[in-house]
Amino acid sequence: MELEGQVRIPSGCAIAAMISRTGRKMTGEKIVKSMANMHARSNGLGGGFAGYGIYPEYKDFYALHIFFDDRTARKNCEAYLKERFEIVHSERIMTRTIPEITDEPVIWRYFVSPFQSLLSSMQLDENEFVARVVMKINSDMTGAYVFSSGKNMGTFKAVGYPEDVGVFYKLDEYEGYSWIAHGRYPTNTPGWWGGAHPFSLLDYSVVHNGEISSYDANRRYIEMFGYKCTLQTDTEVITYIIDYLLRRQKLDLQNIANIIAAPFWNTIDAIEDMEKRNLLKYLRTVYSSLLITGPFSIILGFNGGLMALNDRLKLRSMVVGEKEDISYIASEESAIRVIEPEVENVWAPAGGEPVIIRVKEGAE
Amino acid sequence: MSIEFINPEFEVVRDMTRCTNCGLCEKQCANGVHRFNSVTKKLESDETKCVNCQRCVAFCPTRAIKIVKNPCRISDNSNWPNDTVNEIIKQANSSGVLLSSMGNPKPNPVYWDKILINASQVTNPSIDPLREPMETRVFLGSKSSSIKYDENGNIITKLNPLLELSMPVMFSAMSYGSISYNAHAALAMAATDIGTMYNTGEGGLHEDFYKYGSNTIVQVASGRFGVHEAYLNAGAAIEIKMGQGAKPGIGGHLPGAKIVGDVSRTRMIPEGYDAISPAPHHDIYSIEDLRQLVYSLKEATDYKKPIIVKVAAVHNIAAIASGIARSGADIIAIDGYRGGTGAAPTRIRDNVGIPVELALAAVDQRLREEGIRNTVSLVAGGSIRNASDVVKAVALGADACYIATSALIAMGCHLCRSCQTGKCNWGIATQRPELTSRLDPQIGHTRLMNLLLSWNSEIKEMMGGMGINSIEALCGNRLMLRGIGLTEKELQILGISHAGE
Repeated sequence: MELEGQVRIPSGCAIAAMISRTGRKMTGEKIVKSMANMHARSNGLGGGFAGYGIYPEYKDFYALHIFFDDRTARKNCEAYLKERFEIVHSERIMTRTIPEITDEPVIWRYFVSPFQSLLSSMQLDENEFVARVVMKINSDMTGAYVFSSGKNMGTFKAVGYPEDVGVFYKLDEYEGYSWIAHGRYPTNTPGWWGGAHPFSLLDYSVVHNGEISSYDANRRYIEMFGYKCTLQTDTEVITYIIDYLLRRQKLDLQNIANIIAAPFWNTIDAIEDMEKRNLLKYLRTVYSSLLITGPFSIILGFNGGLMALNDRLKLRSMVVGEKEDISYIASEESAIRVIEPEVENVWAPAGGEPVIIRVKEGAE
Repeated sequence: MSIEFINPEFEVVRDMTRCTNCGLCEKQCANGVHRFNSVTKKLESDETKCVNCQRCVAFCPTRAIKIVKNPCRISDNSNWPNDTVNEIIKQANSSGVLLSSMGNPKPNPVYWDKILINASQVTNPSIDPLREPMETRVFLGSKSSSIKYDENGNIITKLNPLLELSMPVMFSAMSYGSISYNAHAALAMAATDIGTMYNTGEGGLHEDFYKYGSNTIVQVASGRFGVHEAYLNAGAAIEIKMGQGAKPGIGGHLPGAKIVGDVSRTRMIPEGYDAISPAPHHDIYSIEDLRQLVYSLKEATDYKKPIIVKVAAVHNIAAIASGIARSGADIIAIDGYRGGTGAAPTRIRDNVGIPVELALAAVDQRLREEGIRNTVSLVAGGSIRNASDVVKAVALGADACYIATSALIAMGCHLCRSCQTGKCNWGIATQRPELTSRLDPQIGHTRLMNLLLSWNSEIKEMMGGMGINSIEALCGNRLMLRGIGLTEKELQILGISHAGE
């Protein structure tokens, strides 16, 4: 059977997120409970989480989470990493052995910092350097797969139901100010853990529900800029698009939404504010190949905040709610109410309207 | 008759029980096939002159006429088919280069017909274009992605010069001279009303049509006929014609008989002289020379208009297109070997160049591998026959398509492939006043609009089926295509999987 990446697998899904706007730390317990409530939206073939603010003691180092097929793959990969990074700490990621999760790969994490001499000789900033190393390992190194590579954040994913994945990774023992989560309903079996979500690059992690019809147009465009879509999933290409627009094109989140879920031309034509109309026309024209069509609801996590966005026709459900300092997002309102029965201001964002939530400056 | 005799290709069958001797067929046929015999009081036919343009068939009020293939031909022979033998007789008679018109009619593979389109089922929804917005607006030109900010940190929203089209189809180049004034008028009006472009071809722009400038592409070809400053500034874009799919590697030849009156004035050449455009541009012998012409034209038009470079699809097209993209061109038009022409040497029309499907796929892929696909738009032409060809071309990587033969058919052309004779009974490829008056520009205009509107509806239906509601999400989206009956190599070049994969 072909593994994910050799074949493109459409999926349905559940997504959820919670974030404290004041930067208050929360264990992973609640987000796991929220996902358990949407059990029927997954089929046991993939679940995962990303937590932000979980590694305060190593917050200045890139935390690489890596799946290895075996010990040899780990040794090869570690040799490769040692040539490029100072590794300040490395360890096996602790897991619980439970009957619901089986066939686990070897899972390690490394807290690393790129060698300055390499950065200056390659004329790269450290984010670009790390992104390139991650993509190199994932496309070329047999038996090794980096599934998390940001600072002070980490992705945890597996083949299984999301609530079981949460127990497996002991998320109740991590504390973060922001959590995003994903339960997957792929149409055929992904075969390995790398295909589960969130998909992460640097501190960006994306969970996504939908099947985008623009996939190959988006993929073939973004691959011009050094990205390599090894998984053939929507989430992977969306992450790369966001990384490209946010980090390399230096656009803000609102403008990214204006590109990937661009307003219809007749909406743009009707805008009276010339500046705004010109901006929307400019973004839609220059980045026409990054328009994403077909159904999607996505949550993008990053250091200091998150963004939720629906496709412009709103072909997937997604609701947002608030209670005190915490904002909640989920595919279904019930998944919010199960962890916060008193939730307030519940609303369904319109198609193409980004919901951007940031943690108070300095609080994370 | 004699050794020189060529068996007529067609036979005129007149049903005498229906014929009323009205004589309309005689009046309609500029080739002189039909003649009223005043002795027998009957209409007679000279089938040696018949080109099967179907004019008499379409106009006979009692539907008494049929044009059928002449069954009288040489013995069946796969190696020496009837046409091949007839061509040898013609050349032995005349010592001339054989001339033909319109596109290559040979039974080579039509890749469009070996490509299938996807549709949504279950995992994502199809979109109903009757109920949801469905966008086919296209911008052509360089969309270079280096964002610049002003001193206040705002994005500078100035775009490169672009062509805006309401749908991804434009009318391809057909010169005034090769086709009639009325045909040009119909194309110009239809392009304007639809919100797309028509193309002057290499014969200049008639002064009556300057008013359609914002929907006009003005062409600069190797003969430079009718090129002057006002002409360059009259259109929305300028196209440098390096080659034509029907006749790659050679220039054009409009016989002196067609260089009359306004055609002569518009081309800025004397009446009655043959208009011969050289095979190469004599100021472009290499890629660096092309760059100079591109920038000369940009200088002449104050960098306000996109420059299109049109090339014939030939063997090394990917590398050629890459060179063009790096030479300042904003748009590359690729013309496949089945593209039409008003006249071309038969051997060249039928044997030179490659299919546009393969050329387009190779060019799009190469430009992406080099990371410059966004700096240039691609237009595919050379036998785009219907809306599904357009959808397939866009999914392979075209931003838009050029059509010409389809437009001519909408205006009455029946593909008799005799444009070079100048006796087009449908009033399109002729300058004879008694024939050109047969094409009413208003009717041509309406029929061209009908054609494009129906194609646009079909494009939207197919997009909706795929769950795509904007044409840009289809551009280069090869996952939406599958091949049928293609070899591994063909699939590899097209960059698509086989049906069932």
